[in-house]
Amino acid sequence: MTGTTTPEVSIRTRVLRKVYPGKAGGIVALEGLDLDVPAGEFFGLLGPNGAGKTTTIGILTTRVRPTAGEASVGGADVVREPVAVKQRIGVVPQRPNPDRSLTVRENLLFHGAYFGIPRKVTAERARTLLETLGLAERGDAKVDEISGGQQQRLMIARALLHDPQVLFLDEPSVGLDPQARLELWEILRRLHAEGRTIVMTTHYMEEADRLCERVAIMDRGRLLALDSPAALKARAPGGTLIEVILDEDATASAAGARVLPGVLRVDVEGAVMRAYAERPGESIAGLIKAAEQAGRRVMHIALSPPSLETLFISLTGRKLD
Amino acid sequence: MSPRPLVPARRVFVALLLRDLRVARRELPYFLVRTTLQPILFVVVFGYLLPKMGFVQRGYGSALLPGILAMSLALSSVQSVALPMVADFGWTKEIEDRLLAPASARMIAFEKVVAGVLQGLIAVLFVLPIARLIMGPVAGLTLSGFGSVLGVTVLGATAFSALGLLMGTAIDPQQIGLMFSVIVAPMIFFGCAYYPWQGLSAVPAFKYAVLVNPLVYVSEGMRGTLTPALPHMPIVAVLFALAVIAVIFWTWGLRTFERRAFG
Repeated sequence: MTGTTTPEVSIRTRVLRKVYPGKAGGIVALEGLDLDVPAGEFFGLLGPNGAGKTTTIGILTTRVRPTAGEASVGGADVVREPVAVKQRIGVVPQRPNPDRSLTVRENLLFHGAYFGIPRKVTAERARTLLETLGLAERGDAKVDEISGGQQQRLMIARALLHDPQVLFLDEPSVGLDPQARLELWEILRRLHAEGRTIVMTTHYMEEADRLCERVAIMDRGRLLALDSPAALKARAPGGTLIEVILDEDATASAAGARVLPGVLRVDVEGAVMRAYAERPGESIAGLIKAAEQAGRRVMHIALSPPSLETLFISLTGRKLD
Repeated sequence: MSPRPLVPARRVFVALLLRDLRVARRELPYFLVRTTLQPILFVVVFGYLLPKMGFVQRGYGSALLPGILAMSLALSSVQSVALPMVADFGWTKEIEDRLLAPASARMIAFEKVVAGVLQGLIAVLFVLPIARLIMGPVAGLTLSGFGSVLGVTVLGATAFSALGLLMGTAIDPQQIGLMFSVIVAPMIFFGCAYYPWQGLSAVPAFKYAVLVNPLVYVSEGMRGTLTPALPHMPIVAVLFALAVIAVIFWTWGLRTFERRAFG
């Protein structure tokens, strides 16, 4: 962000903590999360399963009560003023949860009624949304009669019907085929262009990279990094990630690999050796040799170009999925 | 975009209720079969066949009819709240959209109870003429105490809808069928639906044990208002007991509802 004016903050969390009840003091889902999302931003929460993304969305949408810390949306506190928060937000859940006792259109009409929108206005908006989202023909269908992708779009229509300031999407493209995913991205870009604040969780690097202005990388309830996708990628260790999987422990092999010309960095995790190199083609032979000199056999080699994925691996030592 | 004024809670409540009534209207035939078939079949056997055969006295109908209405009311109220609640919170998670409506969780739960009360009333209004038709003239049946009938009916339906809220949110979805058998079936048989409470003087241990059963008060209340000539508990005691039971189930049910609603 440039300029001297502070942008209006839409979402704010301070030392947000969530512990779910369980064995041995419970399961810590969030460990002191601080976030500020300015109004109008397309914000991504990225991380593997169990990172705390869904818990974060749950708290911000008033559906999960935090154990400690504070969170507010559009200035309204999620614990003290949940009704005000609910009125400001639209939520697209991880798994479509339409009202199965109603038709597609009724889902929208009743949703509008819950939000106190006059019936005529709701009907008009429902018509427009069904059209925009390619559901115009399915308005009178029962929810169970439409496809998963259509249900997902119905969820988006429902989340937008009451014209919320902030739109939350929890893993919106899980379960969508590639075509439906591209369509979803197009819809989200349009919504963002309209000036809406969007918060999306994903464990797809590409999705975060393509859509979000800023991305928070989370793992095990903590924030690991927060920046624009470009800046994050710049922070990724230089070069291409060469993952060399050996038959046994890779520690000795790594020592040899580290002194190779063109190899920038080598991490070890069990039998996996991760090397970052400027010109991978020239380094692979050296890496194999280093492994063999340490008495190991190379089982598998994989290459990944610099990306949010390689950053995530370098931050956590683990892959996203 | 500046925050809009809050939607009045009353409007959200009405919208939620209209949704439940729309769904209830659509499912009315299934609902009536599910909740009134058993009481009606009971009327056929005990209110028609057995008196014809001479196994039970003709006067039994006067004791039976109020109990059948109580049973229909209880079954329909508890089921119309508990069953959708189990599905909504369970596998489909579809209650989420109502939990995200701009209203407090308390109000959303309260709306469910009100919808259950209305469905209980519908079941009673459906069963009453059918039972009367099957049984023929019922000695001492009167609708003169309409206000008291309504009071017993509404309070009884509230108590059982609140019980439905509790059962629907406290019981594991896989166990709900079992729990209905374990809780609801004994409740019906020992709920003084088929016999007046005073008749249990013959077995004093039973007479006092059944007082924990909320159906007893609905049955006795129905008897006291519809066939007042028969022995029955005082109406004031009935109304007081039902009010206390409704408050207990509501308080308890709201707690389990909120526990399910908030992770």
